[in-house]
Order: sequence, then C-alpha cells, then structure tokens
Amino acid sequence: MIKAEQVSKHFGKVKAVDGISFEVQEQENLILLGTSGCGKTTTLKMINRLIEPTSGNIFINGKNITDEKPEILRRSIGYVLQNNGLFPHYTVAENIAIVPQLLKWDKKRTEKRAAELMEKLHLSASYLNVYPNELSGGQQQRIGLARALISDPPVLLMDEPFGALDNVTRANIHKEFKALDELKRKTIIMVTHDVQEAFELGNRICLMDEGKIVQSGTPADLLFKPANKFVEDFLKDQRLQLEFKTVCLTDIWSLLPNQHHKIDALTLSADTSLWAALESFRFSNAETIHFSKEDKEVKTIDFEQLMSAFNQYKNKQA
Amino acid sequence: MNERQQTLFEFMQQQADKLAVQTLQHIGLTFISLFIAVLIGLPLGILIARKKQLSSSVLGVAGILQTIPSIALLGFMIPLLGIGAKPAIVALLLYALLPIIRNTYTGITGVDAAVKEAATAMGMSKWQILFKAELPLAMPVILAGIRTATVINVGVATLASYIAAGGLGEFIFGGISLNNTNMILAGAIPAALLAIIFDFLLSRVQKLNFKKIRRGTYAMPVLLILLSSFYFIPSAYGGKLTAGFTPEFMGRQDGNLGLESKYGLKIHTIVISDAVMYKAAYEKQLDVISGYSTDGRLKAYDLVVLNDDKGIFPPYYAAPIVREDALKKFPQLEKTLNMLSGKINDAVMTDLNYRTDYLHQSPERVAKDFLVANKLWQPSREGNAGIIRIGSKIFGEQYILTNMYSMLIKGYTNYDVSSKTGLGGTKICFDALTNNQIDFYPEYTGTGLLAILQPAAGTISEVTKNKDSTYSYVQREFKKRYQIKWLKPIGFNNAYALMMRAQQAKNLNIKTISNLKRYLNSK
Repeated sequence: MIKAEQVSKHFGKVKAVDGISFEVQEQENLILLGTSGCGKTTTLKMINRLIEPTSGNIFINGKNITDEKPEILRRSIGYVLQNNGLFPHYTVAENIAIVPQLLKWDKKRTEKRAAELMEKLHLSASYLNVYPNELSGGQQQRIGLARALISDPPVLLMDEPFGALDNVTRANIHKEFKALDELKRKTIIMVTHDVQEAFELGNRICLMDEGKIVQSGTPADLLFKPANKFVEDFLKDQRLQLEFKTVCLTDIWSLLPNQHHKIDALTLSADTSLWAALESFRFSNAETIHFSKEDKEVKTIDFEQLMSAFNQYKNKQA
Repeated sequence: MNERQQTLFEFMQQQADKLAVQTLQHIGLTFISLFIAVLIGLPLGILIARKKQLSSSVLGVAGILQTIPSIALLGFMIPLLGIGAKPAIVALLLYALLPIIRNTYTGITGVDAAVKEAATAMGMSKWQILFKAELPLAMPVILAGIRTATVINVGVATLASYIAAGGLGEFIFGGISLNNTNMILAGAIPAALLAIIFDFLLSRVQKLNFKKIRRGTYAMPVLLILLSSFYFIPSAYGGKLTAGFTPEFMGRQDGNLGLESKYGLKIHTIVISDAVMYKAAYEKQLDVISGYSTDGRLKAYDLVVLNDDKGIFPPYYAAPIVREDALKKFPQLEKTLNMLSGKINDAVMTDLNYRTDYLHQSPERVAKDFLVANKLWQPSREGNAGIIRIGSKIFGEQYILTNMYSMLIKGYTNYDVSSKTGLGGTKICFDALTNNQIDFYPEYTGTGLLAILQPAAGTISEVTKNKDSTYSYVQREFKKRYQIKWLKPIGFNNAYALMMRAQQAKNLNIKTISNLKRYLNSK
C-alpha cells in the first residue's frame, strides 16, 4: 500500500535519511524503531510531505505522492504527534472537526462521527465542550487520535504518539490501541524509540540507524534471526522479556506434550503470549493450566513442560 | 488649593466646546494613525515571521523611526506633506509601527511548533494556518503591541497641535505660552485620562478568552474606524478664508478673544505653531495668520500687516527686565543694558529678524554687525567680576537681543555672562527670573501686562491706550509685586498683528481688520 524507493533526505551535509526502501501492506502496522537522530521521524514526515525528500519516490496505492497537492494528500492521511498539537484556542469538538471542515462535511455528519469516536476512545461526551488544557495528558492524546481518525483515513502516521505519557497511562492506551477496531482497518506507520512498544504494537519493525534500515521484519525475525550485531545489541537488555512477549502458545503448540487431564484448572486461549502464560502460573499459583486452541484442542501443561517447549522452539529458530 | 481646583473646573466648563472638539480630534488622530499602522504593521509582521531573513532589517528601520524625536519628525513632515492632519497622522503612524510589527512577529513565531505542524499535517493551507491558528494564538501578544502603540500615540498626538492638526496639545501649549496653569491642566488631564482609559480597555480586551477574541477581531476594525472618524466631526464646517493662530494667540484677550468680542470676527481657525505659520501662509495653506509685527519672515514671505483700527493689540515695547537684587549685585549692569535703549526701531528689528530667520545668519553675527555699525562694539575684557545670567524666549529676536546684551556686558564691564536661551514661553522665562535662575531677559510691555499681571478688563483698556501708560503701569506693578525693574525700552514695538499675503490682501482690498470682517460677512 505504501512503498518507499531509495528515499534520501540531506540537511546540508548531514544525511538524515540515506537511500532507504520499504513497503507497508494494507492494514499492516509498521514500526520505525531507532535511537534519536536515526532518521525515523524524518522518514515518517516525508510520507505526508511535511518534509520533501532530497531524492527517491514514495507511492501510496501505486500513486506517487508528489502528483497531488500536499494539502489534499494530507487530508487523506491521519497524523498523531507526540505533543498532540491540539489547538489550544479550540474546544475538543472544534479540534476534532478541523479535518471534516476542510473536507466540507455537513455539521450533522461531523457531530455523529465525533460522538462515535469519543465513545470508542472511552471519553465522556461532556469533554466535547472543554478546552484541551483542561484535560489530562492521556485524554489529550486520545483527542489527538480522534482528530486523526475522524475522516476515517486509510493511512495513519504516528510520531512517538505515546512518548509523553507516564508508564501506567501508556500501558492502558496500548491495550485500548490494540483493541480498537478502527485501527485494525488501517495501514499504520508509527515511530518510536521504545523497544517494548515496538514489539507490542508492531506487525513489522524497521530498525533504523544513521539514516539506514538495519533490519526489517516481524518481531520474531528481529529476535531470533538478527541481521547483525547491531540488532542483537539493540535488543540485548530486554531480550528475555521480549522473547516471552513475542512468542505465543500457538507458536510452540506442536512442541507441547499432547495430554489432557480432566482436572479443575485455569483455561487460557492459545493466542496468549508466553509472557501472559508465565504470569498466570505465577499469580494463580497453579500447578497446571489448560491451554485451548479454538475450543477444539485442549492441552494440560505444567510450568516445566512450557519452558522446555519454549527452549526447543528457540533452538529451532537459531 | 481649593480655590484653584474650582477655577480649573470653571475653566473647563467655560471652554467645554473647545475641550470637546480637542478631545475628539485627539481621539481621532490617535486612532486614524493607529488604524493605518495596524493595516501596515500587521501584514509586515506576518511577512517577516514567514521570511525571517527580512526581520532584522524591517525591525531595524522601524526601531530607527521610533528614536527620531517627535518634534523633529513632525518638522520633517512639513516640507513633504504641508501642515495639518496629514503630516501628523503620518508621524504618529510611524511611531506606532514598531510595537505592532514587533509584537506580530514575536506572537506568530512564538506559536507552538507542534500546533503549526499539526495544522499543516491535517491539510490546512498556509492561509488557513495563518487565520485559524497563528493569528488567533498570537492575538494576545499582537494586542499588547497595539496597546503600547495606542498609549504612545495618545502622548505624541499632543504635539500635533504644533502643525495645525489640533488635539489637546492646543490647550497644553497655549497654556504654557500664556502662563495659564488651568489651560495646561485642561489639556494635560484629559490627555492623561485618555491614555489611561484606552490602556485599561485594551488590557481588558487582551484578557478576554479565545472565543470572545475571535468575535472581537471583527469588532476591532469597526471600532477603530469609528474612533478615527471623530477627527472629522469638528472640521466639518469651513469658511471662505482659513486663519492659523498660535495657541497663545487663541487664548488671549489681545488675541483671538479680542478679535471675536471687539471686531465680531468669525473665521475658520486652525491652531498652529509660529515656527511653521508664516511658511504655511506663504504656501497658501493659510490666508490669515497671527504674527509679530517685527518678524523677519514678514519681509521674506511678502506678507502685510492688517491695520488694527479698533486698537485691540496693546503696545508691545521691548525692554530688559531685571531682578532688583541683581542690579544691586552688579552696579554697572543697568547702565550697560540701557546703552541699547532707543537704538532699534520696528524697521531695524524686522530687518535683523529677516537676517536670522530667512538669511540664516547666526544671531551672534547679526548682533555683532549691528553693534559695530552703531559704534557700540568693544572687544571682550575677559572680566571675572561675577557672572550675569541672561535668559531668552525661544525665538530669533530674543536670541539677537541677548547676544547684543552679552557683548555689551563683556565689552564694557568686568562681568562674565552665561546665556540660558530658548526658555520656552513667557511662563518659563518669568519663573526662571523670579526663582533666581536668570538675572534678566527681554520682555514686552503687553506680555507683562496681559500674561503676567493679568489685571481686570477695565484696567487693561485704561492702560493700553498708549505705549507710555502701558510701560509705566507694568513698571510700577512689577516693582511692587515681584521686585523686578523694567529698564528703558529698546525702541521697537513687537505687537501682535494679523497678516495676509500682500497679493491676496490687495486683490480682496483688505487693509484693516474691519475690512477683513466685512469681506468675511459678505456673501
């Protein structure tokens, strides 16, 4: 759906982005990951032409983005910023209605859509008439998201959208983000420097360094098939946690012993991450847990068996 | 004190018409210039916020304009735009530009970058970003600039009366020349009140919340235009001829008040400083002016004095006035100053004035030439037996006279001289004399009578019958009241006079003030 070909951006002598190419499929969630100054934000901003590339081409749905006036292009691309960028002199309702106004929607349609989004984002409708500075950081960020989603654009660009939030708020928003059906229909490119966030929210991750893509792939690819030492080192500190979070029970299903005891125990679905499964052992103090795959197949597994299956899986990957 | 306050109130009541006119003119001048300054400054501020490389030069030029002294700026305007409202408005708007441009620039560049980025990313055009985000968010800062400009303009607009643009300056400067505290206050207090009121109102506008400001932005130009139009209310009526009178002349019994009461003269009048009055008459912007009968520009600009056939202008014979204790302290002073007595008649004085005012010779040179020609000049004795302080009012004739006195004192006595020239009007000079800051200055009998002594109307008409009775009355009264001595008259009579262009007076067959009145009354 989105395709970048040999895109570069030079600021004077500095090569902020140096000949990168990537492709994002429809409804995919691509994360641009890297440290500050790696060129990830510049890359993102070239897609809605906030920054014009020095060379290279970007296509959306096969159409070169330079074929259209930038204003028109941007109206079909949602954009969420780290510092929300809400208009302080507009009420929440007016902020959300900016793009519909540009698109000349009638008032009723805008209002209906705004009310719908407020509900989906768990925001009380009474907030519509307050000014952004009367809301908490998390609420402001949700309004920023609503503003980007209101016209239901097929593409959403997010520049460190949760970077300014505290850990608890961020964890909550992550959960909502994953659950939001609006977002499942969208092609999303998100910039972050937070490895955990990248692995949690991304279908695919582009790890960038010094203006180049070091490795592009699924979270599991990056973890178990690192392209080079840089990738390995980048993930090293949080490796174990990332592995547990990345691997699902379905991934190791065939490695789990095929046994089913009719005892009274907790049941988890097979698309649970290993991390959640381990947490269940720890917090429920259970000896064994039932794992069920699409309600057809049920396996009763204890902690040892789970860990051994995971180790076998890791060895197979390497 | 109580009595004085009451008289101020009485004065304001008595002059309520004029006060209203001046106040309206003042508000009008302030806001016409402010309105134009906003029209120019706002787009310019927006431009330099977009093209930052222009900002330092634009702000630099506006800053330099701001540093030009206001009187000088008004002076520059006269050759370009003549007199009246036009040059005053241009000068005021130049002063108002800097705060408006600077605050627009600061306000717009200060808008949160994230807001601008969000606006761009949502697909707003440059103009939409400007009008929907940048300007509303910069508005409090821009309003602060407009507020500063307003207060500056209310203050500077008092000077507009120097170039016949009206405003409360007419009372202020008239009061200073007439030694009339009430008149000064009647101009100064409303001017200060205007500044305070507008400052307060604009501070309220600044604090309104975003919503109301949006509505206020539309109301603002309407309000500005409305306030600007105030200026034209008073000048809606005109006449056949236009007179330009100095603020001092306007308020004097032996000036405009006498013209109205004794001659019944009604003429469309604007108030103007005497520095530009003669030129304006020469350039046909004015037809009748209130000049001095010995002014050199009379000769330079080919003007004629209208005969005062009803005798409302009292004699203005010049003579040095000296504090008596100075005469005692410097015994040779009186004799030396009297050397000039009877030496200069009207024609001579007009010629001397012509040389300084028109030929731009220095007063010092003119004084020396005259003394040498009359065999009065002696080289300085470089004496050090004491310093005599000479004062003078702020016009050419007084400079010439003080230079002559200075040379005579240095040449014939062992005293040294320090000159304090250019002491504004009568009030400033006279206060300096009574407060022992100067020892003497040349004064005129009529001024001493009407501006300083201010006797009852009966006494005035009694003592102004001839020059000697005026002289002996002021001499007696000054001695009694202030211990100040009038020395012998120098000889010339620098009285007030109405004057017109010689050509025009001839065409209209106007020789006397009564002729002028008859012409104005004819249809």
